[in-house]
Amino acid sequence: MRRDVLSIMDFSKEELIALFEETKRIKKELEERTTLNYLRGYVMATAFFEPSTRTKLSFQTAMLRMGGEFIDLPPEEASSRAKGENFADTIKMLESYADVIVIRHKLEGAARFAAEIAEVPVINGGDGTRDHPTQAMIDLFTIFETLGRVEGLTIGVIGDLKYGRAARSFVLGISKFKPKKLYLVSPPQLSLHDDVKEIIIENGVRFEELTDLKQVIADIDVLYVTRIQRERFPDPLEYERVKGSYRVGLDILSGAKSELVILHPLPRVDELDLSLDKTPYAKYFVQAKNGVPVRMALLKTILKG
Amino acid sequence: MSRELIVNKIKDGTVIDHIDAGRALYVLKILGITGREGRVVAVVMNVESKKIGRKDIVKVEGLKLKKEQVDKIALIAPHSTINIVEKFEVIKKYKVRVPDILEDLLRCMNPNCITNQPREPIKPVFYLQKESPLVFKCKYCGAKLAQDEIIRQLIGE
Repeated sequence: MRRDVLSIMDFSKEELIALFEETKRIKKELEERTTLNYLRGYVMATAFFEPSTRTKLSFQTAMLRMGGEFIDLPPEEASSRAKGENFADTIKMLESYADVIVIRHKLEGAARFAAEIAEVPVINGGDGTRDHPTQAMIDLFTIFETLGRVEGLTIGVIGDLKYGRAARSFVLGISKFKPKKLYLVSPPQLSLHDDVKEIIIENGVRFEELTDLKQVIADIDVLYVTRIQRERFPDPLEYERVKGSYRVGLDILSGAKSELVILHPLPRVDELDLSLDKTPYAKYFVQAKNGVPVRMALLKTILKG
Repeated sequence: MSRELIVNKIKDGTVIDHIDAGRALYVLKILGITGREGRVVAVVMNVESKKIGRKDIVKVEGLKLKKEQVDKIALIAPHSTINIVEKFEVIKKYKVRVPDILEDLLRCMNPNCITNQPREPIKPVFYLQKESPLVFKCKYCGAKLAQDEIIRQLIGE
């Protein structure tokens, strides 16, 4: 049965765990061979209407390492979109060429709309400020792999929880695994949207919103750091005032658990101090590396069942 | 003497009762009734109601409601009851029901929603999330649409 990947909410906890197990098997196989053959003969289209480095390259690498191939929609100025072709027609063209389409778009709901147009499965590679389901899968898998479980942990999420689609998707994803406690650390103007809060409340998750990470750092098992963008603040002075409070460095981590896991969807600017990179807490490069095997497992699940 | 008797009964037409107090004029507006059509129209506002505290009532001679109109009334005044009158008798009475899905009726308020993109073959679709207070959710971007905005769009303000 055809399966789109539009939001992390479309996946149950059991389905996510099955995906993590598949990812582990694939990682094991990759230790023996550089390329697997599960998707030989399949073509994936990447259609990124918004800039991306990691998501696009890791999807393309994932397809190549599964034995498949990809086509990539050229940037606007080099494609028919420059002539005014609309989104729907672009998707119709891609579905006639490829077996699966990965989309990134600045508009919210673009992936869902594409899934209605295309007969082939559509994977949301990030749309607007809402969904980035495959990033959340990678984040959760990295926790699963590092700590051996996802369930019942104390989680801290810091940064832009309002506009950051990675943070939003992570919060929705982790909430399926009944965290012991969820600390949401952000400036008040970038706090989590009410609709996400409603969902986590429905899931029975205990959470607390705060502005200072230091108060709770000792409790946290997994700290998810995201970037606060300057352009989110109408007043640049306000940005300058708050940015320091959401920068994670060694100083803030005194008193943290020795097995603390720090994640970041990357790219980072200065919210995650470089001095952390060599500490055992830093799992964000492992997380970025996991982008490929998780997406390999996902593509296999979608295309082969 | 009952307050309902402030105005005469109509012979053939529709009585919309239990309209949320203060919204009768919105109901007239979405039905396109200006009063210049020559029909007998009675509007009663802010009268006591056992069910909803205070209510408005609209009576229109010769009016038969279409389904889309009943849906719109439900969106503006979700407690309304529709009485169909023939020869001074109520021959049918029913409560309006807020539709579960709204297709191509209202616009999403999120400027970054794909449904607001020009030149795309897409219609806004909303799913009912909560009846009281009324909240719909955009199928595409998930943005909420609340009662006051629904009224504003329906009456074309």
